[in-house]
Amino acid sequence: MDIQTHSLSPTAPALSLRPAISQPRLTRPHDAPGTSVDAKVLVRHLDFYYGQRQALFRVSLTVRTHSVTSFIGPSGCGKSTLLRCLNRMNDLVEGARAVGRVELDGADIYDPAIDVTDLRKRVGMVFQKSNPFPKSIYDNVAYGPRLHGTKDKRSLDELVQHSLQGAGLWDEVKDRLMQSALGLSGGQQQRLCIARALAVQPDVILMDEPCSALDPIATGKIEELIYTLKDTYTVVIVTHNMQQAARVSDQCGFFLMGELVEFGDTKTIFTTPHDKRTEDYITGRFG
Amino acid sequence: MVERSKVMKNFWRGGELFVWMSASGVAFSLLMVAGMLALIMINGLGQFWPGALQETTLKTQETVIGQVVGEEVIPNSVTPDSPAGQRRFRYRVGNRDVFGAEYRWINAADIVSNARPEDLTVVERREWGPAFGRISVGVEGAAAGSASGSSWTTVKNLVERANQLRRRIEHLEREEIGSINYRIEKARLARHALTLSGQLSPGDTEKAGILLDQIAVLERDYLAKTEALERLHKEAGQEVLFLTLSTGRSVRLSLDQVLAVSRPNGMNWFEKLWAYAHNLWLFVSSEPREANTEGGIFPAIFGTVLMVFLMTLAVMPFGVMAAVYLREYATQGSLVRLVRIAVNNLAGVPSIVFGVFGLAFFVYALGGTIDQWLFPEALPNPTFGTGGILWASLTLALLTVPVVIVATEEGLSAVPRDFREGSLGLGATKFETLRHVILPCALPGILTGLILAMARAAGEVAPLMLTGVVKLAPALPLDEYLPFLHLDRKFMHLGFHIYDVGFQSPNVEAAKPMVYMTTLILILVVVSLNWAAVRLRNRLRRRFTASAL
Repeated sequence: MDIQTHSLSPTAPALSLRPAISQPRLTRPHDAPGTSVDAKVLVRHLDFYYGQRQALFRVSLTVRTHSVTSFIGPSGCGKSTLLRCLNRMNDLVEGARAVGRVELDGADIYDPAIDVTDLRKRVGMVFQKSNPFPKSIYDNVAYGPRLHGTKDKRSLDELVQHSLQGAGLWDEVKDRLMQSALGLSGGQQQRLCIARALAVQPDVILMDEPCSALDPIATGKIEELIYTLKDTYTVVIVTHNMQQAARVSDQCGFFLMGELVEFGDTKTIFTTPHDKRTEDYITGRFG
Repeated sequence: MVERSKVMKNFWRGGELFVWMSASGVAFSLLMVAGMLALIMINGLGQFWPGALQETTLKTQETVIGQVVGEEVIPNSVTPDSPAGQRRFRYRVGNRDVFGAEYRWINAADIVSNARPEDLTVVERREWGPAFGRISVGVEGAAAGSASGSSWTTVKNLVERANQLRRRIEHLEREEIGSINYRIEKARLARHALTLSGQLSPGDTEKAGILLDQIAVLERDYLAKTEALERLHKEAGQEVLFLTLSTGRSVRLSLDQVLAVSRPNGMNWFEKLWAYAHNLWLFVSSEPREANTEGGIFPAIFGTVLMVFLMTLAVMPFGVMAAVYLREYATQGSLVRLVRIAVNNLAGVPSIVFGVFGLAFFVYALGGTIDQWLFPEALPNPTFGTGGILWASLTLALLTVPVVIVATEEGLSAVPRDFREGSLGLGATKFETLRHVILPCALPGILTGLILAMARAAGEVAPLMLTGVVKLAPALPLDEYLPFLHLDRKFMHLGFHIYDVGFQSPNVEAAKPMVYMTTLILILVVVSLNWAAVRLRNRLRRRFTASAL
């Protein structure tokens, strides 16, 4: 859990992320290339180590607000590692260490003054394997809000309904909210996990190969959902499936062996990639 | 030949022999368990059956009345003339106070005739075990022969009346006089506590005076109650019972000595069954008499169960918290590994060592200190500074804490990583994740630890002998006087009871079925405690693993 953080721009003010929702969004122009005013997440020169092994090499990219950004690349290329850097889930890994700068709305998230739980509340996450808690459907969705202090039954009910509607699950489960979440199908469980993430009202939703364990129909539903989510949230998705990246994302990053080879508009990446390696990968020559 | 070697080769390769060996291992274990249970049940459950009374006339014109309890070939009696040997019977002749011994061997060759007359009576007495003979009613002071109405109904009514009277007397002695004694003792101690400091303040003097008045009032009550007791004793009436023994001698039986009379020879099958159930119920629900060799074992059952519950209350929080720290918070390094090895080894320490520790630390050090601080007025009589149910429970908690730690750690490590990440990803802190997700999911594992701990604790005797178990406890640790649960009291325990009845009693032979029955009850208590915990665990497990389909 010892993450040593070296801020590359030590002059940047350490902004507290609290309170998350009511505070006006702080966006400011950044001098780095490719930065626009609507940058939500900014990664600058990020190196990441698992103990001795370096997993990311000087990664820099910008995630735009209200867009879907996808990370593609072969297994072990570091795309999931980068995703998990964005809400500091990598803190859980013993010996993990990040060097560089990751900003959320202009504030360095590796600042020691940052409350990690607040960060994770703002940056929700959906995992590869659906992992609903062994509780009722209602309790699963209400889990986050309850932790963050929503006690009132009425507002909890509303929030649960709203989140389930947001995840497109409401109509399927509204009659059995009190039944165990483990009784749902795989696709429903994954959408429940999305609803659970929505319920804490995050700004950014990270999805780590959310469809890899699902059948095509369930995958289709999740993809539709991702498309609608970007109206409200900023979505970052890691996927193995290049068609999926092409279908759902606005921006796309291609990773290879810990390096961000190419990052740009999805359309450009898939039609006229600048890098030979990207072209080889998306045309299926390797990977 | 080639064919044969191929078959053999396949036999060895296929592991057929291994399957047979492992299966026979299971079969052997099952056989041993079943055999043990059968032995205990056969030897124990028989004792409540109202066995027939046999009147046997011997060649010497002597008559013997008793229950035939065994039969064997006389050792060394097999001669060429009689290849089958001589047989002899073992009679329970009762009347230990008259005959000196309760059992007697009678050679088959000496028997002239056997009969089972219906008027033979079994008398259960408060002392000296059962008596067998013919019963009649007489009047105090009159000669034995002058029995008036000696019909069976009269006898039974008399015994019933005497029993009612005894219950009333017992109630008066135990509940009412006991309560007065308890209050007098409390007031006396309170007064003593006031005078302990040396000089009394005016307020204290006043309080002491009030207490003295209270004691005086209570003592008047006490006198009134003893008079009432006297009156009850007088109600007993003039009747006595006379029992004509097999020798023809008539013995006087005072009614307050008689607990029950029965004529097993005259009973039909249904009546016997009823008597059996009644005896069984008395066994589990009443208190022991006659140095534990007769009567029931209720205080021991109660003590065992209460001790196990108190142990559970002590061991669960400590064990679970220690395991949570070791697994979730401590940095996994050589120190934690060392602690884990130490904990595992603790489970292998002989229990008597824990007993010695409990005596030295809990009873003498902790209990002695508590007495000096909180109960100085009772000194030099110890309150907590002597063995008691609290210290015994804590000692056993110490003994079983490794089991709980190991099982809880396993339960915690079995919780999928996904759950942790899911919870942390929602902005939960580590503690919230632990509390709301991990601990509930680990609950089945924790309960497994609890089950193992209870099973071990319920059967442990050695440490208890040093820390609070007694042969006969004057009162249960739970009663109607504040604070209801008396943790300082000594208690009875089934395991110790078995040892005591079987090996420390004056009448070992008669106590043998009691030993088996007590063993059976101990097994039942352990099994039912475990069964309850297993059911709880299975319910939780179903809740947490409802299969996703």
